[in-house]
Amino acid sequence: MEGLSVADANLVMYLHPSKSRNVSQSILRELGSLLFKFNETFDGVLLAYDVNILDKQAKILSGVHPYFGLRLKANLLLFSPKPDMLLEGKVVKLSQESIHVIVLGFSSAIITAENIRGEFKYRTKDTEELFASKSHKRHVIKVGTMIRFLVKSFDEEILHIIGSLISAHTGSIRWLDRHLEEDSEFDRSSMKSRDREWLGDKTVDEGATPMSYDNHIKMSKKRRITE
Amino acid sequence: MGLELPKYPEMEEDQVFNFTDSEIVSHVKQALASVLSGDNNSYNQLVGVMHHSKHLAPDEVALLETTLKALAGAVSSIDITYHDSLLSAIFCMSMWNYGPHVADALAELIVSLAISNGKYLDLCLGMLVSNFTPPPYFLDKLKMPHGLERKGQVLSRVHAAFKKIADYVPLAPLRLLTIVLQGMPTIYHKDRAIVIYVENMLKLESGEIGELVGSTILMAVVDRLIELDVEIGWDAILQDDFSKGIFEMELEDVDDIEESAEPDVGEFRLSRKSLAGNSIAELLDNLLVLTFEHLESCEREGRLAKVFETLLQSFQFVMFYACALDPENCGMRFATMLADLFVQDSQPQPTRMSAVSYLASYLSRAKFLAASSISSMLKRLVDWCLEYCEAHDGDINPNAHRVFYSGCQAIMYVLCFRMKVFVDVPRLKSELLIPLEQVLKHKLNPLKVCLPSVVEEFLRQAKAASLFTVCKTFIFDGLLESELSRAFGGLERLDTFFPFDPCLLKKCDSFIRPMFVFWSMVKPTHDDAFDDDDDDDGSSDDYLVQDFVNENEDIMNDEFGKSFDEQGVDMDDFDYALKKMSITPKATSNYKFGGRFQEPARMPSRIRPSTSPESL
Repeated sequence: MEGLSVADANLVMYLHPSKSRNVSQSILRELGSLLFKFNETFDGVLLAYDVNILDKQAKILSGVHPYFGLRLKANLLLFSPKPDMLLEGKVVKLSQESIHVIVLGFSSAIITAENIRGEFKYRTKDTEELFASKSHKRHVIKVGTMIRFLVKSFDEEILHIIGSLISAHTGSIRWLDRHLEEDSEFDRSSMKSRDREWLGDKTVDEGATPMSYDNHIKMSKKRRITE
Repeated sequence: MGLELPKYPEMEEDQVFNFTDSEIVSHVKQALASVLSGDNNSYNQLVGVMHHSKHLAPDEVALLETTLKALAGAVSSIDITYHDSLLSAIFCMSMWNYGPHVADALAELIVSLAISNGKYLDLCLGMLVSNFTPPPYFLDKLKMPHGLERKGQVLSRVHAAFKKIADYVPLAPLRLLTIVLQGMPTIYHKDRAIVIYVENMLKLESGEIGELVGSTILMAVVDRLIELDVEIGWDAILQDDFSKGIFEMELEDVDDIEESAEPDVGEFRLSRKSLAGNSIAELLDNLLVLTFEHLESCEREGRLAKVFETLLQSFQFVMFYACALDPENCGMRFATMLADLFVQDSQPQPTRMSAVSYLASYLSRAKFLAASSISSMLKRLVDWCLEYCEAHDGDINPNAHRVFYSGCQAIMYVLCFRMKVFVDVPRLKSELLIPLEQVLKHKLNPLKVCLPSVVEEFLRQAKAASLFTVCKTFIFDGLLESELSRAFGGLERLDTFFPFDPCLLKKCDSFIRPMFVFWSMVKPTHDDAFDDDDDDDGSSDDYLVQDFVNENEDIMNDEFGKSFDEQGVDMDDFDYALKKMSITPKATSNYKFGGRFQEPARMPSRIRPSTSPESL
């Protein structure tokens, strides 16, 4: 998944004198208040941070309130989706007009009907709503499916993404990964390794033969049972 | 008034039912799209349907419902600039005006709008929040069964909509929080909107998104309560009669001024009667009842401990009630927190002094606290005071040792209420009372500095219980406070600060009352022989009067509770009261600790010998 990055930042944080008694707590609080908000300086949404104080000495600013400036070094996890990036998320709502997705558990995305390629047709199967591909019977998108979509625009205030499923590389991740061999445009290994990182706790070694998404799940399930 | 029904193409009366949902949706989409090309006809008709809200005929209701549902399906075609008249019509709609089906359709539309585009999210949440309160004409109907039914219907849909939006837009609760807090009616809104608004806020706290927004909402509610409390403080106190001692406050006197023997005593007492007409007091009362009921439901759901952490910063009777619901955890946590605040050198002085005053008042008044808890807290205070004495070898100096004196006063105050606890247990006597004796006899001389009424009562009880002997006799002549006590109390008068004095608000008092220790309940009956004061009025009538006063105190408390818990004490009143005391010595002799009445005429006229005391 694109859009996630880790940044090293040199920060200077200015604290009010009342915070001088417990500096580390104040720093964490200040940084905490920036979480899940879009920050112009970082050009992204701050998701996580790890911070170290560089210098025990801090310069005091002269003024009505003598704020003091602390130099910090921080590792920041940032999320900054840009147009034409591919993102992955889980479908939470599906209707004829739109597909609603949640990315990384906090950002909402919508893909409206006009941004869904003609290949997908809306169907109701046993009261379950889904989008099924006309050309590939197995390619189905319904509530709970993880899909990959293209970013059209990103609302920085609400962290709301408008996405599209027009491009051929978009759709249900499960199906896409299984059929990646057919897709010559993609760099398979980099895609897979990115998937592996994203899939988190699934332990797969780099040197193994390429496995499909389902096998990933099966393997880790087996591991969990034996442990 | 006539509504022109939008003309769907090829529509005749009987063909309406033949349209499928998707056909209607596509027609609406067409109408919306046509605006971009300049053709506003069908669009304007659509807007017209939205605006029509009062006195709808059944087919108009059906039309509205259908239109709303169709719009819900067509949200992707709504443009924020071209269709702003439609949007403003939608956002002005109030669910209170409609029946359940239309309300459902409207809620669905709002949810769809909110999740379709970030631009609409705040507007939609705002629309839902504005539905917390009914339109003005409806406020009176709220009490009637029809009104209550509508209220339940609307609010359940509103909160369900919040949940749905939060499911699809995870960060929505944060935005909702800001909107809810901004939309809170101020206490100056004379209509009852704030009560129902707070009801909604508390519902949010206990609802499914409560985890995310709960603590901030609680704090906002509490802030409002505090605002109201302060408002009462300035409104209702005109002149207060401070010649009365602290321990007689509850033995209240007549409400009517005419019955008073002193013609120049023309004051309003901060009694329940004077608060009765006060609308702000009523508002506060209602809100407190809401809060208490909310706490009860928290307790039932087992969430009280979590909610308590938030409340720790808050309003005193809310705290009291919360502690009462869970004495072992919350009750002790509160007491420990206060004690911690007191002993920390790093805290500012006024904070430490108010903390110990809160602690003293709390330990005295909380019926639900175990004797062991009280004694352990007291022991902590006594030990701290003893340490302080040993570290400071100075003479009496009210200003320099303010924290110390407030600590001593707190101990004495608690012992006045809880003497029985310590007299019966010999171990406590040695653990607690021996160090206490050392403290009291130290050069710093707290007995001289602390509030005379407290000291007097404490010494009287101590003598009666033979706790220890005091070498000097302290004669205060019924003084409320002395120069020295005022000196340590400082500008904030923390020497007379007893926050948990009886609650004056009628409705919420019924919640508090069962767990509250009134002075009458623990007051020892003094024998004449122990009376240090020389005003020996000794006729047997007085004892009868005294006993009746004791027995009937609960009746009196019902009407005439008095409290000093207002922090905004006016210095002018004090001076006035002091001057009064010197002018009218007769008055002061009435108001001794324990309130012996010399003049039966001062007895409330309601109380007759044949009246039997009401049980609590």
